[in-house]
Amino acid sequence: MSELLAHRSKSNMHNSSFDLTLDQITKIEGAAGLDVSVRGGKVVDLRLKLSEYKRFYTQGVRGKSVPAVPQLLARICGTCSNAHILCSIEACEKALGIVPSAQTMIMRRLAINGLMIRDHGLHLYVFALPDLLGKDSILELDENNPKEKQFLEDTFCVKKAGNMLSVAFGGRSVHAPYLTIGGFLKFPSADDLTGCKNFLIKARPAAQRLVKLFSDSQFKFYDQTNFVGLIGENRYDFLEGKIKTSKDGVIEEANFRQHLEHQVIPYSQASGYKFKRETYMVGALARVNLAKEKLNENTIKNVGYVLSRFPSTNVFDNNLAQAIEILHCIDDSLLLLGSNQFNPEKPASTQKKDGVGVGVIEAPRGTLYHMLEIKDNKVARAEIIVPTGQNQISIEKNLVRLVEENIDLDKEQLSHEIEKFVRAYDPCISCATHFLKINFH
Amino acid sequence: MDIRYAKALRTKNILDQLDVAFVEGAISSQNQAEKLKKIRGLSTKLVAIGSCAVSGFPSAQRNLFDQATLSEIKPILERFSYTPKVLKVDEVVKVDVYVAGCPMDEKKFLEVLDTLLVEFNVIVG
Repeated sequence: MSELLAHRSKSNMHNSSFDLTLDQITKIEGAAGLDVSVRGGKVVDLRLKLSEYKRFYTQGVRGKSVPAVPQLLARICGTCSNAHILCSIEACEKALGIVPSAQTMIMRRLAINGLMIRDHGLHLYVFALPDLLGKDSILELDENNPKEKQFLEDTFCVKKAGNMLSVAFGGRSVHAPYLTIGGFLKFPSADDLTGCKNFLIKARPAAQRLVKLFSDSQFKFYDQTNFVGLIGENRYDFLEGKIKTSKDGVIEEANFRQHLEHQVIPYSQASGYKFKRETYMVGALARVNLAKEKLNENTIKNVGYVLSRFPSTNVFDNNLAQAIEILHCIDDSLLLLGSNQFNPEKPASTQKKDGVGVGVIEAPRGTLYHMLEIKDNKVARAEIIVPTGQNQISIEKNLVRLVEENIDLDKEQLSHEIEKFVRAYDPCISCATHFLKINFH
Repeated sequence: MDIRYAKALRTKNILDQLDVAFVEGAISSQNQAEKLKKIRGLSTKLVAIGSCAVSGFPSAQRNLFDQATLSEIKPILERFSYTPKVLKVDEVVKVDVYVAGCPMDEKKFLEVLDTLLVEFNVIVG
């Protein structure tokens, strides 16, 4: 954007007045639109409208018996379904006092690594890469151009490695059937494990190329925001830890909700959240900013050259952070596969039928929160807070500045800058509009 | 093969005459129903993909809510012009081929795709 800023200074920005509507922001997960009104060079109105229709999962899950809950809540979203499963499993286990085995936790770590590799891969290769190459779509990549052919091959290679991990440690890359409360319903075969190792090793150079590509990106937009994420005590972890923030220190998982302030956005179908009354950002950038020294040592060895950039306030570095996390998840999985055996064991269980449990995990797009109140083995009350809901207010606030800084671009170029910026957050609109929380009066 | 309209894949799309339209999801609003009718009008064949498109569920779970829960969600339904019931695709338009499942059955999808590619002379059967 630096060249765009230079361009601005020569022009008559103070006189610009226009209205811009994007019916649907493209190359993101789900449907979101944007209305902007500019008068005299200033944004007077800007509305990011998450326009997926609600499916009312927080109501729909009431009365459902506990074993069915994770699979139902997974349907909030296709791409990050396995994150919802793992988060609601944690909420159910905490509510009923079930303690999963050490082996279960390692297998879940491999399952979420598979999700991160595949989901970040999808976003970076299919949604974000075309912007870097100056193309509209991955469909335009040319198989006869060696560099572009390489990226096409890398796309399938990285996604395949993630899928294989999710299949071995979940039974499917989305809506994984083997993940269950207390443990696993099925265990990987020797062939599954060999297949995973081979594909992870194959995907590793691709992930390194991806880190290099996004570290060379010139896209910039700085936001001195509060970065928030669940951070592991001893290692880079997506499942266990404490909530850390770049401004306020540490919070226990179970207390996370108390720090969030729910915001009704009348024109959006999703709820927004503030953290201690301020906008904040969750996701890969927050995690790398807060815990880069905890990444796998092989990852640090190979991509240490970019880590000095973090903590970064450049929102576009969220893409780079995702690429680094792909490499980390490959290295962490290779470590775990090399040092563990996976022996069939029964899921941990309990006689307890009532309780309140909070699950907090890091989904690909950031901190995911499920609260379940269970009475007589059925859900009485649920609350779910998703990453995109938490980033939504930041995105909107920053878009005001982005539009004002690029006010002299023609509408097509400006629309492109807006979309590129929204894409950097990797929003998931399906997740953001799953539920209901209204205070209109 | 010419992909004409896919907002998840690119910015510049043209919605015009289609040999085959693949439709995911259930219908929750009049706008969505109108868009679906438009797509049907432009398509020779229409394929419903996944559980929500084929059966409506789980997106249609509000169709089964009791009165108390319905009154809880009513302000949202009114504010954003939701249809009273969530509809599956063939309650709005004619569907030629169904690929059910959540997630959709991949093998069935590939079979359907192969058949359609032959039918529309993209590949030789």
